[in-house]
Amino acid sequence: MKGKILAVVFAAALSACAPTAPRNTGIYLLVDTSGSYDRQVTKTEQIILFALSRLQSEDSLAVARIDTGSFSERNIIAKATFDDRPSIANKQKRAFASHIEKFIDTTSPAPYTDITGGLLQAIEFLNEKHPARKEILIFSDMKEDLAKGYVRDLPLKLQGFEVVALNVTKLRSDNFDPREYLGRLDQWRSRVEKGGGQWRVINDLDHLDGLL
Amino acid sequence: MSTTSLLGITPWPALSAILWLIFLVVALYLARRTAHQAIASVSAALANGLRLASHSVAHAEERLRGRNREVLLAQGREAKERVVEREFVRVGDAVRRDLANYPGLHRALSEAIVRIEEDHQKAVDVPPEAPGWAQAVEAVANIEARSAGTQILTDIHKSMVKAQSEAMEDYRTASAERHALLRRMMPDWRLIQETLEHVSKSVGSVVERSQVIDRHMQDYEQIVRGEDRAVAVLSSSSLVYFFVSALVLAVATAGAAINFTLIARPMAEMVGGTSVIGSFRTADIAALVIIMVEISMGLFLMESLRITRLFPVIGALPDKMRVRMIGITFVILLLMASVEAGLAYMREVLLQDELATSALLRGDDGSAAINTHQWITTAAQMGMGFILPFALVFVAIPLETFVHSLRTVVGLTGIGVLRALSLILRVSGNGTRQLGVLAERVYDLPLFVPLWIEMRLAVSAASSQPQQPVPTGEEEPAPWQEARS
Repeated sequence: MKGKILAVVFAAALSACAPTAPRNTGIYLLVDTSGSYDRQVTKTEQIILFALSRLQSEDSLAVARIDTGSFSERNIIAKATFDDRPSIANKQKRAFASHIEKFIDTTSPAPYTDITGGLLQAIEFLNEKHPARKEILIFSDMKEDLAKGYVRDLPLKLQGFEVVALNVTKLRSDNFDPREYLGRLDQWRSRVEKGGGQWRVINDLDHLDGLL
Repeated sequence: MSTTSLLGITPWPALSAILWLIFLVVALYLARRTAHQAIASVSAALANGLRLASHSVAHAEERLRGRNREVLLAQGREAKERVVEREFVRVGDAVRRDLANYPGLHRALSEAIVRIEEDHQKAVDVPPEAPGWAQAVEAVANIEARSAGTQILTDIHKSMVKAQSEAMEDYRTASAERHALLRRMMPDWRLIQETLEHVSKSVGSVVERSQVIDRHMQDYEQIVRGEDRAVAVLSSSSLVYFFVSALVLAVATAGAAINFTLIARPMAEMVGGTSVIGSFRTADIAALVIIMVEISMGLFLMESLRITRLFPVIGALPDKMRVRMIGITFVILLLMASVEAGLAYMREVLLQDELATSALLRGDDGSAAINTHQWITTAAQMGMGFILPFALVFVAIPLETFVHSLRTVVGLTGIGVLRALSLILRVSGNGTRQLGVLAERVYDLPLFVPLWIEMRLAVSAASSQPQQPVPTGEEEPAPWQEARS
């Protein structure tokens, strides 16, 4: 009987000391800097500050630009995994905001738009961080325009990811034929869902409450 | 067998139903005695079982009441012993303080009395009387100057006047000395009066204490004799102590919650803000542990001071060890209070930092968040962080009272529950018996036709044989009588 009690106590102590499941969030924000969308980049700051205000210690945030070739670490503008200590996390947030401010002031338009490359980079980054919740935010018109030689026709592995398209603006051609716009969104939806991810579109940047 | 087939024994379903009904009534009538016996047996068995259970519960209640009484008396005895012991200590202190210097007082009194006696003796000395021949001097003074021997008489007169004035001077001096002596006696009288008042007060205080001890001893004797009045008083007191201590503990819990709020946030800086143990944040657990340790230290301090007696081991320690323990627990408490004050300060700093960051992320310039009176909040938080651990020390007193009174209250609640259970079981037993009787009557209800026929037959048989003895009532009643009753 005593042995059984000891075993139960030991098991309880072990379960208490066992590492718990992660509860953190990883966010990867892709910012379209192509010529057709460059004027919208200033709105990115709003999104990033919102994300910073919502993120807690041990959450990860990375901001990368979408340009001609986005599947590269060099495209990451800023990244941070917030410290366990709240005071350090606050400092990191302030530094992050400052970095983003500088980027917005100095950004220049890119000739092409490699959204898939950015997505692949985001998947790689977030998989390395092992967060409990993975979100990829795409701040773009979702019009992919690849330069010659770039191969992006490959399946995306998006199990456990939520992909949110933000501020998907309508192009001039969309106004002539709205089917283009709807078809573009539909294509991305099917691509994300085919990869096992969840797809969402938020165009009203004043109502970001449901985002994080 | 379906209803259709049951109603198909004759070509007419109604007739079939009537036949079935007659068959059923006859069958029930024939099985009536056995059915009644079965119902009576079942109801009696159930009623007896419930009655036994009720008796058993009542017995348990009786035992619990006895045990509760013993606990109450033991607690009351212990409490009275403590009170009487404390009173004896107070009397001892009073005697030591007031009557220890009684020899000194006695000496002072004796000296004062001796001085008074001496002064009194000196004051008894009668001053010299003025010369009694003043009339002769007056007569000489009145003789005319022309008479013979004028010169002689004048000289006599002068010398006599001089002697008189000297005598008067001596008299006045002696009287002044007597008055001075009497005046010198005044402080001694006052000293004696004050000393006697002081002694009277001391003795009065001891007498008062002895009266209090007498009263406590009477209560103690009542408790030792186990009188019902003493038990009632102790029980009532115990309930009052329970509710009062519960109230104070609730207040202390609120204080501990505030303390927790003060230190939980800065603890995240030490142990991390995201790590969890089970489903709780490690920072919260750490803050809670600090508060629990403070309460424990407070308990040990109170035990070492012998204010509470939750741990007899601590109370039984040698005095030297106890004093050391008092010092150690107090120092630990002081350190923890200082740590808490620091954490409270840290909390304010973190809060300001967080507010500044939030303002920056919102796009504010942050100047609106600057408060010139912020130091008041910070100082208040630090003060609370320092004081609350010491305030929580006193939780030990209501906790001890709560623990002791809880035993009685749980006992009283148990007695109440057992009594209610016993009553329910008894009522259920009686109800079961009555239900058995009711079931027999319900069984007889469809048999009213054969029972009526049986009654008529019995009446006619009784009228045809008038010589038959009258039933005594002890015999088993006829079925129709049973049905009627």
